[in-house]
Amino acid sequence: MSLSPTATAAPAIFHGHQIVKTYQMGEVAVHALRQVDIDLYEGEFVVLLGPSGSGKSTLLNILGGLDVPTSGDVYFRQQNLSQGGDRLLTRFRRESIGFIFQFYNLIPSLTARENVALVTDIAPHPMRPEEALALVGLSDRLDHFPSQLSGGQQQRVAIARAIAKRPEVLFCDEPTGALDYSTGKLVLEVLARVNQELGTTVVIITHNAGIGAMGDRVITMRDGQIHTIERNQRRASPDELEW
Amino acid sequence: MQSIDRKLLRDLITLRGQVIAIVLIVACGIASMVTMTSTYQSLQLSQTQYYSQYRFTDVFVQLKRAPEGVMAQIREIPGVGQGRSRVVETVTLDVPGLDDPATGRLVSIPEQPRAILNDIALQSGRYIQPDRLDEVIASPAFVAANQLALGDTISAVINGRWQELRIVGTALSPEYLYEISGTELLPDNQRFGVFWMGRQALATAFDLDGAFNDVVLTLTPGANEQAVIFRLDQILERYGGLGAYGRDNQVSHRFLEDDLDGLQVMAVILPVIFLGIAAFLLNMVLARLVSTQRDQIAVLKAFGYSNLEVGLHFLKLVLVVVALGAILGIGLGRWLGENFTHFYVQYYQFPSVQYRAGARVIVGAVGVSAIAALIGAFHAVQGVVSLPPAEAMRPEPPASFKPTIVERMGLQRWLSPAGRIILRNLERRPLQALMAMVGISMAVAILVVGGYFSDAIDQIMAIQFQTVQREDITLTFTQPLSGQVRHDLAQLSGVLRVEPFRSVPVRFRYGHRTRLGSITGLSAPSTLRQLIDQDMQAVPIPDDGIVLTTKLAELLHLKIGDPLTVEVLEGARPTRQVPVAGLVDELVGLATYMHVDALNALMQEDTSYSGAYLLVDQQQITALYSQLKQTPSVASVAQRETAIHQFNETIGATSGAMNAVLMLFATIISAGVIYNAARIALSERCRELATLRIIGFTQREIAFILLGEQGALILAAVPVGWLLGYGLAWVLNQSPAVDSEMVRLPFVIHPASYLFALLVTALAAAGSGLLIGHQLRRLDLIAVLKTRE
Repeated sequence: MSLSPTATAAPAIFHGHQIVKTYQMGEVAVHALRQVDIDLYEGEFVVLLGPSGSGKSTLLNILGGLDVPTSGDVYFRQQNLSQGGDRLLTRFRRESIGFIFQFYNLIPSLTARENVALVTDIAPHPMRPEEALALVGLSDRLDHFPSQLSGGQQQRVAIARAIAKRPEVLFCDEPTGALDYSTGKLVLEVLARVNQELGTTVVIITHNAGIGAMGDRVITMRDGQIHTIERNQRRASPDELEW
Repeated sequence: MQSIDRKLLRDLITLRGQVIAIVLIVACGIASMVTMTSTYQSLQLSQTQYYSQYRFTDVFVQLKRAPEGVMAQIREIPGVGQGRSRVVETVTLDVPGLDDPATGRLVSIPEQPRAILNDIALQSGRYIQPDRLDEVIASPAFVAANQLALGDTISAVINGRWQELRIVGTALSPEYLYEISGTELLPDNQRFGVFWMGRQALATAFDLDGAFNDVVLTLTPGANEQAVIFRLDQILERYGGLGAYGRDNQVSHRFLEDDLDGLQVMAVILPVIFLGIAAFLLNMVLARLVSTQRDQIAVLKAFGYSNLEVGLHFLKLVLVVVALGAILGIGLGRWLGENFTHFYVQYYQFPSVQYRAGARVIVGAVGVSAIAALIGAFHAVQGVVSLPPAEAMRPEPPASFKPTIVERMGLQRWLSPAGRIILRNLERRPLQALMAMVGISMAVAILVVGGYFSDAIDQIMAIQFQTVQREDITLTFTQPLSGQVRHDLAQLSGVLRVEPFRSVPVRFRYGHRTRLGSITGLSAPSTLRQLIDQDMQAVPIPDDGIVLTTKLAELLHLKIGDPLTVEVLEGARPTRQVPVAGLVDELVGLATYMHVDALNALMQEDTSYSGAYLLVDQQQITALYSQLKQTPSVASVAQRETAIHQFNETIGATSGAMNAVLMLFATIISAGVIYNAARIALSERCRELATLRIIGFTQREIAFILLGEQGALILAAVPVGWLLGYGLAWVLNQSPAVDSEMVRLPFVIHPASYLFALLVTALAAAGSGLLIGHQLRRLDLIAVLKTRE
């Protein structure tokens, strides 16, 4: 795998400006994000590193339209998401974003195919659920319920579900967190392939520094702020990673 | 099918036990509404059609005798549409195969069939022939009850002579939809029948040639009924008019209206209870579903499902429940409604009744259920909609527990750890616990109300037939007889005691209120007909003054000591003021009493009697009956025993069927509520319970924790249900359906009724407990601990 040639030349699809997020927990105000500025570019593979409580999940939730900042602005292309309201955020998530969660969050009462169809039913230009599952190597598990699948398989169904709508950006929150070493690598390979073959922008949140090597950029967060941004000269392939 | 709908289907299958319970309750709500409303509408429609097709009149009046020429005067009263004069007489009958004398009402009809007011609907046979003076058309119920056939004859005492009447046809009339002679509660078709006879033949027999003694009138639209009645009474004053009245006081119409009112009340009360409970259960189940599916909801939202789509998804579940409940409820409601309608038709004789559960009834019932269910679901679904996707992704925060009141009061050492868990759980969700309690209380209350109905009816029986009416036989005479009659009657076979009475038709007037009625003058001491006070104790008849039934005093706004104006409608027709000497709490009718001497004095007449109460030796009753049949001065013979039998048979069967239905309803409610509450508790706490099992609690101990919570709820709910039932019965007791002029249900609920309610609820609870216990035994310990909450 080689460095994506267009990574730096590509226009920014996300532009975050002075993002602040404060939670009220009982009587304590928690400052999850303190004036974060961030840009994400089309087609790049970003790894967001940081310890628990550093604000990386909050940032991802805000970029992904799951949450709104307390102050500051988030632009997706020319659109200001922080001003849009629920209707805009729903449309944004429906059309442009794919999510992958640590615990897969499949609907237990639906089969693999039906879980993917849940998304293709409402997306404007989806692939067929079978096609998406073939991309993650699960063509032979179409009619299995989540309880009949291993953790790795469940996560790959989740990836299929996320990419089936052909999203512009894929947000992955600790996608390997619940998986063993080799299964985790398998899942990362699928994500790298989606980035490469479909040109989807991929953002992975992890506290596993080993994964950083496979990204175009590695952004490290600490205490609700961006601590460092590193650009890898060469993206490692998932099988080269060690942790 | 969309994937999200597939999820709905699978969720429904997973929740099937709870869904079935709610579907059944919704079905009961819809069924009760469809049953009551469709029965009401079917009867009302039949009534309206019958009335208009057979020209049921608006005003009625009986009188002694008026020449036919007076009719022209009557027809000229402003507001009168059409009028018909008639001859109507009540006679004693000798029916083949019946020992005791029966009573017949002979009503005149034209010799040739033509459209008349209060027309007859010929059911079988033919119309009378003009030249045959003995031909009559009889009511089919009388013919059937006495196993008579067309062509059979019965004997009637007509003007003091026995005369044969030949039945040539059977017919119904809107005037006798409820076929009673006037004072009793239930039709006795064997001993009372209506006969239509040619006007000329009847007039000749009763010396009413060219005259009449009964008038029926229709009013023009917008006419003032009171004004017409006032003018009519003025005209008939000198012809012995007994006071005109409108449909409201026409016995048959009044009974049907009271029953229709009752149906309308039940058509509101029952559905409100069921749908209220269904709404609560849906709320409970959905709230739980939402909390177990927080992460699923979050995923749906993360992938771009809008709040509307997610909200609709959960609402669809509600609509499926309503749809299933509707299918079941409409079927059940139509079946019950048809049976109910036919049940009423046993008492009310319509020429035809078409059972109809119209689209509007059904749409209305389903619509109301859907609205109730959606209201119940609203809160839970609102929770889904307002759940921000990022928030939903995090597991639900652990429930916060506090020491309970009991513990804060320092009483915890009397509680086992399991007991503490139960108490804390109840206190943590006070609203949920309260609602479950209300649901169970409702079931208990329904049963208490059922008990109230049968207890009240028992009470009426006891008071009316043991305390008030103690005679074996009541005789009425064709005209008032002198004091000699007491001695004459005592000579008849088997007569042990004779207490003659005088009954006088009157119009009561107090202020601007008037009321037709009659005064019964009782001889003192009156042992066969007792007056009862508020405590249902016998009180003596006062020497002076008048004693009214409390209900009549209420209608006239009278109290003890007030001067009541009495306008006598027979004899010299004196008008007198009589002080109200007392009130009696009779439960049936609007009787008024005086001392017979005081009444005769008021009439300015010598001692005379219009009837007598007899105590007889049952051994000699057959002989007595045949002697009575041969006594022309006896107009009617009524037996207490027959009335009791009639009452038991019909009312007993009715209240039995009604109680069975109420019991079924109550069982469904309490089982549904208890099962749902326990099932939800199980799903919320299966991790906790599995943990307890792993650390060594036995199956029985964890069952105690889970079911103990429900048990505590039931224990708390039953007394509340008793109170609620008491209150509901009290409210029903105030409604005109059971507090009518005809009959007033006393407010009485026996301890056995409360106990019965407890028993049924306990059985329903035990059934649900068994089901839950079965599910507890299948609790997979490892799987439960592995799944992420």
